[in-house]
Amino acid sequence: MVPEALFFSAILFVIGVVGVLTRRNAIIIFMCVELMLNAVNLSFIGFSRLYGAGGQVFVIFVMSVAAAEAAVGLAIIIAIFRHHETVDLKNINLLKG
Amino acid sequence: MPYGFVYQFLFYLFGLIAIVSAAVFVTRRNPVAAALWLVNTMFCIAALYIMMDAQFVGAIQVLVYAGAIMVVFLFVVMLLNLGLPPSVADIRGKGARIIALLAGLVMLAEVLVIARQKLPAELAWLPRGTNITTPITEPLFRAYLLPFEITSVLLLVAIVGAVVLAKKRS
Repeated sequence: MVPEALFFSAILFVIGVVGVLTRRNAIIIFMCVELMLNAVNLSFIGFSRLYGAGGQVFVIFVMSVAAAEAAVGLAIIIAIFRHHETVDLKNINLLKG
Repeated sequence: MPYGFVYQFLFYLFGLIAIVSAAVFVTRRNPVAAALWLVNTMFCIAALYIMMDAQFVGAIQVLVYAGAIMVVFLFVVMLLNLGLPPSVADIRGKGARIIALLAGLVMLAEVLVIARQKLPAELAWLPRGTNITTPITEPLFRAYLLPFEITSVLLLVAIVGAVVLAKKRS
């Protein structure tokens, strides 16, 4: 059970990384980050079967951090959209040299 | 308790659905469709949690991730009007609608069948006195009490920050 869970977790994490690297829509990139957090949670739960319930406690912490991150990140996206009228990362290059 | 074949099969099935949904999610162009595929992935991950004896975390996953966070994402997509126009987004023909109707009828029949069943007074395989939340809350409120409190401060900061960031400057 645990090796399979770690396998699924690794694949989901890689899919999230691929999404972050290839997509240009800021909201979808955010969702990919959420997917990566979910993958990490899955391996936490898998390890909590081996090493006790501390992993489940950490999953709860990760979930609250993810909720906070989603709130702040989406607020930033709304602010960027007000300014640039787009969420396409190709057009958001103020810090580019 | 040794795990039977059905258990193993369902575990692999949910994992496979999660991975396929994630792959479809990454490749969708329409943000609304992508978000819905991600919700599907999260439901499957919740099923995996429950099958790995983390029932409480599975319930929290459904409530917080699939129920709250993804709704916020969809809300922002709707607010910024990022979904593609209906002519592009709605590509389903008549066949898909018929399949969806049949699937909905099957699920309705399932719900009706289940609703007529009488649950046994006590679930046989669960030993008496088993408490699924105690193993989590015990370390959460003792060993990890300080991180728990810090998390509440973090959430407060996030709420204030989100309101300040998203507020319209006048």
